[in-house]
Amino acid sequence: MVQFWRLFRRNRSAVLGLVILGLVILMAATAHLIFPDDPFRLAGRSMSPPGENGFLLGSDSLGRDVAAGIAHGAKTSLLIGLMATLVAVGLGTLMGGLAGYYGGLIDDILMRVTEMFQTIPSFVFAILLVAIMKPSIESIVIAIAVVSWPAVARLVRGEFLSLRGREFVQACHTLGMSDARIILREILPNCLSPIIVIGSLMVATAILIESGLAFLGLGDPNIMSWGFQIGAGRTLLRSAWWVCTFPGIAILITVLAINLVGEGLNDALNPRLRERT
Amino acid sequence: MSAPLLEIRDLHVALPAGSERPYAVEAVNADLAPNEILCIVGESGSGKSLMSRAVMGLLPKPHVHVAKGSIRFGEEDLVTIPDARLRQIRGSDISMIFQEPMTALNPVMTIGDQIDEVFRFHEKMSRRERRERAIGLLDDVHLPDPAASMRAYPHELSGGQRQRAMIAMALALDPKILIADEPTTALDVTTQAQILKLIKEMQEKHDTGVLFITHDFGVVADIADRVAVMQGGQMVEAGTAAEVLNNPQHPYTQRLIEAVPSLTPRPPRVQAAKPVLEVKNLTKTFRSGGGFLGFGGEERIVHAAKDVTLELRHGETLGIVGESGSGKSTVARCIVRLIEAEEGKILLGDTDLRPLGRAAMRPHRARIQMVFQDPFASLNPRTKVGAIISQGPIIQGVPREEAEAKTRELLKVVGLDERAYDRYPHEFSGGQRQRIGIARALVLGPDVLVADEPVSALDVSIQAQILRLLDEIRERMTLSMIFITHDLRVAAQVCDRLAVMRYGEVVETGPTAEIFRDPRHEYTRALLAAVPGKDWRAG
Amino acid sequence: MSRTAKRLRYVLKRLLQAIPIVLMIVVVNFFLLHMAEGDAVDVLAGEAGSATPEYMAELRAKFGLDQPLPVQLFVYLKNVLSFDLGYSFRHEMPVLELVMDRFWPTLLLMVSTILLAVGFGIVLGLLAATGLNTWRDTLISIFALVTYATPLFWVGLMFIVIFALNLGWFPTSGMKNVAAFNDTWSWANIKDVAHHLVLPTITLSLFYLALYTRLMRASMLEQAGMDYVTTARAKGLTENRIMFVHVLRNALLPVVTMAGVQVGALIGGSVIVESVFAWPGLGMLAFEALFARDLNLLLGIFLLSALLVVAVNLVVDIIYSSLDPRIEVS
Repeated sequence: MVQFWRLFRRNRSAVLGLVILGLVILMAATAHLIFPDDPFRLAGRSMSPPGENGFLLGSDSLGRDVAAGIAHGAKTSLLIGLMATLVAVGLGTLMGGLAGYYGGLIDDILMRVTEMFQTIPSFVFAILLVAIMKPSIESIVIAIAVVSWPAVARLVRGEFLSLRGREFVQACHTLGMSDARIILREILPNCLSPIIVIGSLMVATAILIESGLAFLGLGDPNIMSWGFQIGAGRTLLRSAWWVCTFPGIAILITVLAINLVGEGLNDALNPRLRERT
Repeated sequence: MSAPLLEIRDLHVALPAGSERPYAVEAVNADLAPNEILCIVGESGSGKSLMSRAVMGLLPKPHVHVAKGSIRFGEEDLVTIPDARLRQIRGSDISMIFQEPMTALNPVMTIGDQIDEVFRFHEKMSRRERRERAIGLLDDVHLPDPAASMRAYPHELSGGQRQRAMIAMALALDPKILIADEPTTALDVTTQAQILKLIKEMQEKHDTGVLFITHDFGVVADIADRVAVMQGGQMVEAGTAAEVLNNPQHPYTQRLIEAVPSLTPRPPRVQAAKPVLEVKNLTKTFRSGGGFLGFGGEERIVHAAKDVTLELRHGETLGIVGESGSGKSTVARCIVRLIEAEEGKILLGDTDLRPLGRAAMRPHRARIQMVFQDPFASLNPRTKVGAIISQGPIIQGVPREEAEAKTRELLKVVGLDERAYDRYPHEFSGGQRQRIGIARALVLGPDVLVADEPVSALDVSIQAQILRLLDEIRERMTLSMIFITHDLRVAAQVCDRLAVMRYGEVVETGPTAEIFRDPRHEYTRALLAAVPGKDWRAG
Repeated sequence: MSRTAKRLRYVLKRLLQAIPIVLMIVVVNFFLLHMAEGDAVDVLAGEAGSATPEYMAELRAKFGLDQPLPVQLFVYLKNVLSFDLGYSFRHEMPVLELVMDRFWPTLLLMVSTILLAVGFGIVLGLLAATGLNTWRDTLISIFALVTYATPLFWVGLMFIVIFALNLGWFPTSGMKNVAAFNDTWSWANIKDVAHHLVLPTITLSLFYLALYTRLMRASMLEQAGMDYVTTARAKGLTENRIMFVHVLRNALLPVVTMAGVQVGALIGGSVIVESVFAWPGLGMLAFEALFARDLNLLLGIFLLSALLVVAVNLVVDIIYSSLDPRIEVS
């Protein structure tokens, strides 16, 4: 752990990403303290430019506070990003692990399914799923997880496939070890690093997908989110540029920070790549 | 002797800060004369390979660089000359061949194009002339159908053919010096013999000076005019081949040469007639391609084991020898039930192991154990050594304390400190890891030990230690052993009887001494003839 | 077997492999439709204002919803195979007609985006890798990092604010000016469409440009460490020759593969970009269908876009097979 932190620290941009991510998390955690009111509430004069009428980042056509929306939206983005990733990583690891370890028919089926997922436009599929299930936090999480798990499954399958042929796994077979124990105790710990890395990068992708869905009007109507803010503000582009601009910057910074952290994790956990450059 | 082609003086190659030692190559002096083969011998980490790269200016700069010294080639010093001049020299005056011809050739360029580049960058010649020269070269290195080989991509040739193409490319402009960095290590023994012969033939034809890097004293004996021995970056001994091989002066050289197994088979041990393990008509076929959902063109079928029958007698060591693809490893893995054979019997005592299910097989696991080839891949990097060894008995139902006590005892038996128990595999060297692997197999108290190339990934001095250990243990625990190897020298020292395999079939079996003295099958004869340094009586 | 025959077999094999995938997509589509269709009946019935049980049953019979599921699947498969994608009640038109109408603008947008993203991605990645750890590399890497994290719709909106509203260089939306000539292939018309195409193409390509830049850079660096590069150096070749002939061609392979894999994601992105720029393609149609809750149409678009991905992938496979002589191995 100490050694991991030392390696991680060497990548300065990753540390910067971690700091920014920490700030975003802090903002999400304290949103209800700084902006205790409902972010959908009319908070003052509509269309106020940033800094005027007590609006730090301005207000939209209905007089909603953009800054409050961003703070509350952070909670939504992080929550959905994290939950969708957990579901996708869990499902992907399970399917990929079984396919990689047992091969044969399970593997054949999984490979066709992941190929299908590579063929269908995943964002369109997510739109369809949310539209059919009706927009809500759950349906959005499910939709994002459904279009994301095949990537994890492919990765885990590849790792399992190469590890199961490794001599230390064969040695376990010659000792008569059970499959469950080989999978959980011998192989899985050795492919945790790439799973952690892909998971961390997937949080960023999930946040982007969520904001895209919300932008198209497929967000949970009861919850404030960045994509919704931009979608609601697009008609005001001519008159109130700030309504769209600031939530977009929030997405950009958050996703960038998570990507930086993910790359830092990759460098620290993957010594083979670290030696390059 | 004429004036030297290459004079290396006080060469220091610096390693990046924080490495094990400051210099990979330290204060090395060497000369290379025209028309001679100078072998640089050493174990892994001796700096022999980096020294050869320093001559070519191919060090992985800036991390590794020449810190001091000179490499004189004619009037010039290769250490200080400008890059542009060095590029002129590379490929025309000095050229190089590498260990792994598959990765050393560009996979998406034809052999013809890759040879053509050498001409284009160094000479002014018409396209037709270049083509004719290239075809001539491929003919010189005895590639079949040179015109077709020109159009071939590297993956379409065999390993030996690729190395021939590499040699043709290196010799394209008749260089004064050829640097060969372990050029036969990745090849099978019969191919190795052909490539060595080719290098010698080419060198004599063109009066080339050859700097030949190798770890194998057998190869040295076959090819060297002069020999230099390296240890830890320093050149500890140099002299003519006869001097160094037959009368080594430096203790390190003496140790190394002593560690080379002799080709004279060991005196046969008293044979018990009772077999512990009988393999009868074992057959295993691998299929790839085809399949319903794969739409994969025609199906490829490999007969990895065809009707293999073997008998392991009580207390003996049976060697299975053969080249890569002979099926020897497949047979070993079928015996320990890592691979399911399709047909045949695997009789351990009175039980046929082949049809047993997993649960039924489990109690028999303790009786037949395996030692693997790669000391780095055969231990789980995330499990402590103690747990790696003790999990076998625990699975077999031995109480935890007892398994732990047994593990500690076994660590001592294989010559490791008891403190190894709480360490992770990466804290150990290759030889030590192989000891851990042996302990893991022995802790179950097996009757039969299957060892799959247990020493082929190790340096020769470590190899000797592990072989000695296996021998001691075999005596002490009255083990019967199946020993898979491609190295006939090792086989001669370890095995009481041999089975020679080719293309999945056993072509000959018999007592080791008999097979060495009077090989019946032509393939066995070819294998024995190809052993490097067979005329040099070591040990 | 000759090399051309091998290539042909490879492409044919990939084509055959696509068939079960397309079938699977159709089946998935059917089940989505099934999940959604009850909904459509409710919606239509609700709008007709006479939601009597008789009318509902009549509607169900009209959609074939009273049949057992396997029969419905069979009918659906048959319909799809005869290019019948159903009827859009909103537009009162067969889905296929609607979709084909909007197909060409999307294809135009996709092709221009792929060319821009892959082309510039390769060039930028190459520039970054050849100037490793110089300001050039740092600049390109930062650019790629930032664009990789930017939501497409936001970039689109910002472009509209800057380049369309403030600077007035490009139109804000649409594919051509209303007043433009009707003659499709007239020079003025082509220029007009191209003018409208600039902002959507740049917007859609930015993310993929970042992706290919990063991939190309990583791929170049990986290939530069390979043994054959040492061989090339040992032959006395210049660094330029090594980079641009030996390394480049090998480094392109994963980029080309990725270009195929990303086509699906690109169509997803085009939904957003088309709706931002009101580009009259499939994505825009999908956006409209979404608002009108016209799921039949949405599923038709989904199916067609999947087929489009299959087709583009096939083209990519053909390109790949000419770059990598080892295809028959993999």
